[in-house]
Amino acid sequence: MNEKREFNIPGTYVFTPEHSRRGYPLNMFCMSLNKSENRDAFRADPSSYLDRFSLTPDQRKAVKERDWLGMLQLGGNIYYTFKLAIFDGLSMQYVGGSMSGITQEEFQQMMINGGRRQGDANTERAS
Amino acid sequence: MAKFVGGIGTSHVPAIGAAVDHGKTQTDYWKPLFDGYEPAREWIKEKKPDVAIIVFNDHASAFSLELIPTFAIGVADTFEPADEGYGPRKVPSVEGDAKLAWHIARYAIEHDFDMTIANVMPVDHGLTVPLSIAFGQPEAWPCKVIPLCVNVIQYPPPSARRCLNLGKVIREAVQCYDEDVSVAIFGTGGMSHQLQGERAGFLNPEFDTMFLDGLSQDAEKLADIPRQTFIEEAGSEGIELVMWMIMRGALGEDVKETYRSYHIPASNTAAGLIILEEEGDKS
Repeated sequence: MNEKREFNIPGTYVFTPEHSRRGYPLNMFCMSLNKSENRDAFRADPSSYLDRFSLTPDQRKAVKERDWLGMLQLGGNIYYTFKLAIFDGLSMQYVGGSMSGITQEEFQQMMINGGRRQGDANTERAS
Repeated sequence: MAKFVGGIGTSHVPAIGAAVDHGKTQTDYWKPLFDGYEPAREWIKEKKPDVAIIVFNDHASAFSLELIPTFAIGVADTFEPADEGYGPRKVPSVEGDAKLAWHIARYAIEHDFDMTIANVMPVDHGLTVPLSIAFGQPEAWPCKVIPLCVNVIQYPPPSARRCLNLGKVIREAVQCYDEDVSVAIFGTGGMSHQLQGERAGFLNPEFDTMFLDGLSQDAEKLADIPRQTFIEEAGSEGIELVMWMIMRGALGEDVKETYRSYHIPASNTAAGLIILEEEGDKS
């Protein structure tokens, strides 16, 4: 099949089986924030809450630094990592801007102007 | 005998639900989108379906990576709005139609679609936003709902072809149901959007227009679109559009498009809505 091709879309982290295996603990930590008692526990003591999940050191660092793009690169899936953004009171525009190197305001304006189109630098592979 | 009154394809962007919940539908940002929904609200009010089959995807709410059903049908009497991290949306509980849902599940499995059967399935914005789009803010939803949840997050999701064929089997199931109920079917999600990565914010109105046209003109052509093409052309989250193919398949060979609206942006998404009805009444 064309597994190779979908890895090749610039700026896009397809949630393949390999990606899913790698991101399992990170995504399951994020998923846990659906429960209000878990949100309270994470808020009270982030570090010991994270100990409940078997994150890799890199994943743990990305969570601590709220490195939204880094989390994706380490196996995160946006629907899961966005749970952490919700916890922080952040919007999808903020996270979208953070991942694509612009501010929330710039991202919102880009969407109002019609969104990112094919040919935009972030849709092209660096040569 | 049960019959279809028609189908609706619609985006299910959470921010659309939030705009309804927080009374923002008439702001400069949201009004053009909601104006486009009015004819659909009129249409469904006139059709008065007894049951709506809503094809949607769960977004890490009812299901996590612990369990990833490709197709899950809800057979319960009630489905509660899920807590997606904000607390549950303050919308009415969703009343199921257990008898028809079990009939569809049984028929589909007996015809080689091995559905997962869910007696407990909290429903997230993927299902409740389309209800808000169609019905606004009633005290109770005006019809029963059969949730049909499709995995489109974990790659690979079912193909567009597989989804079209599931729709065809659902049509047969409804047509041989022994009660005289009218059924609407919603295909939800999309249209083009990408939430993740450096390409976040990607939209493709040309692809969306081709897809909307194809629903009434050439569903077979849409069914041939590979998964990779959806991701490339409609964005990584735009692959949700395969769920519209289940709706399309349930409406039989020939359909006519009776309404469409299309608006950019709804949050990070190109929001589309289409109404399809059967050409003639052959059922």
